Amino acid sequence: MSTDSAVQTGRPAVTAAPAPVRHWLRLLRSELRIVFVRPRNLAMLGVLAVAPVFLGFALWVNTPQPGAGGGNSGAAALIGQVAENGVFLALLAIFVLMTLILPLAIAVVSGDALAGEAGLGTLRTLLTVPAGRVRLLATKYVVIVIFSLVASALVAIVGLIMGALLFPIGPVTLLSGASVPLIDGLARLAMIVIYVATALAALGAIGIALSTFTQHALAVMATMLVVVVVSQILDAVSQVAVIHPYLPTHFWLAFDALLRTPIDWTQIWHGLASFAVYAVIFGAVAVARIRRANISS
Amino acid sequence: MTLIDARSAGAGPDRPAAADPSLAIATAGLAKRFRGGQLAVDHIDLAVPVGSVYGFLGPNGSGKTTTIRMLLGLIHPSGGSFTVLGASGADGIDAALPRVGALVEGPAFYPFLTGRQNLARCDAADRTADLGTSRARIDHALEQVGLLAAADKRYRAYSLGMKQRLGIASGLLRPRDLMILDEPTNGLDPQGTREIRTLIRQIAAAGTTVFVSSHLLAEVEQICSHVGVMSTGRLVFQGTMADLRGRGERRIAIHTAEPDRAAKVLADLGLAGAGVAGQDVTAVLGEHAPEAINAELVRAGVPVAGLATVRPSLEDLFVQLTGEGFDVNG
Repeated sequence: MSTDSAVQTGRPAVTAAPAPVRHWLRLLRSELRIVFVRPRNLAMLGVLAVAPVFLGFALWVNTPQPGAGGGNSGAAALIGQVAENGVFLALLAIFVLMTLILPLAIAVVSGDALAGEAGLGTLRTLLTVPAGRVRLLATKYVVIVIFSLVASALVAIVGLIMGALLFPIGPVTLLSGASVPLIDGLARLAMIVIYVATALAALGAIGIALSTFTQHALAVMATMLVVVVVSQILDAVSQVAVIHPYLPTHFWLAFDALLRTPIDWTQIWHGLASFAVYAVIFGAVAVARIRRANISS
Repeated sequence: MTLIDARSAGAGPDRPAAADPSLAIATAGLAKRFRGGQLAVDHIDLAVPVGSVYGFLGPNGSGKTTTIRMLLGLIHPSGGSFTVLGASGADGIDAALPRVGALVEGPAFYPFLTGRQNLARCDAADRTADLGTSRARIDHALEQVGLLAAADKRYRAYSLGMKQRLGIASGLLRPRDLMILDEPTNGLDPQGTREIRTLIRQIAAAGTTVFVSSHLLAEVEQICSHVGVMSTGRLVFQGTMADLRGRGERRIAIHTAEPDRAAKVLADLGLAGAGVAGQDVTAVLGEHAPEAINAELVRAGVPVAGLATVRPSLEDLFVQLTGEGFDVNG
């Protein structure tokens, strides 16, 4: 099949990948294009890029005293570090945006994924091509994962650039007090970006599962935000501490373990395990649902 | 093609649809009951011959779109079975769908993409399309529906007719054995309707079986070789266009200065349903030969000024079949 088409069109077979893989990559590219050219998503990414800039200027105009936050964790600890080292602006931006704006961006993309397509009617067009129900779902989830990574990396990179422009850059003093070379600090930042992207991808699994139940993208987004906010509130109520480890957002900010020496990997692995469990459970719900769903929109 | 009265066909809900290679679409007892309990499609037995242009007719809400959605695997039937191009059932239908072009309930595309980009997206979702010829096939489809000049305009800027044509173009991205078009002229002006009709004729002339649903009688009448008529979820008629035309009772109409005597002659000959209106007399012709009736009238001294056999109009037949008024002109 694959060699036939290559011969017919006179093009060399660029990759040795089998036809199903090349067809899937084409679908993935098409899905990525849809997500990254949609005006709404571009606006969303724009907000994500502007936030660290704002944050940077705010801290530049009103520079906090080194160690001003005083705290040993959370935003306060990060704010105190920004004036000393611009790298912390990237971390602070991730920390701040993780409370609502980054989850919102994922909610928008998850809502569009299937509910939005159903609402627009394009889901029936794609399924009669046929794109394949589970194949389409899987592709859309891969796009959400990629979008999670792009969104987290965007915040980190803009934060880093602003941090470098406005504040000194040099060896990174960790939250535990030890100082590591800049390159080590950047590696830790990269790990944090991946960790946060994984957390968002798990949220995206909840989103795509919700997305199979409705044709209203807005309903998916609203539900996801309610899930995020309620989870964060419950996580702050010590009386229900027993359920804290099971909340979807509980480990979202556990990446501060990567800013200490020695790194508390247990915390990181717990977080990643929690994200994986959420992704698997809601991924399974989404697959079961899309296979049986009547597409009547 | 024989006349099938779906109500008397008596298909059991579990009888499998015959895998008859001469049929592009076959259903047996196909049914859909929605969660509300409403039976949207009531055990229908469709038989769409290969090479036909099959008009799927019925008032809005008679179950046409639900049937089409089941045939395309979008909705799971609650009873019965179906076969499209040899592939059966909601789970197996994907095997046949690459050979089926479809437009379901109006076109649906991304408003922020151009016509060409939208078609590229449809093609990208096709896991069996030839990768190397995508661009050429998209241009060809656009050309067939006359949208090449507007290919790089955003979909949002398209007129309704252009949107419908882009919907059909998405079905023409590769050679198809079957086109399923759901209300392709819905909302179009007469000019747009004519364009779509011409397009359907061209598609059929290329050897593709066309299954086109409509609530517009005139549309179906002009292009279809076969007809199925839906009414409140049931298939109340299925057959060729000629079958449908032949279904009405032929009547004889006599124009004469002495209608009462003519009516008596007709009654004596055994014709039923004789009626007089002014100088016109009509009666159900049945098996009688018109020329014999004429000879009899002349023998009885009735001055026959005109004699004709008449069939009820298609519109009359549809009203008879569906029991409701058809929106003949849209």
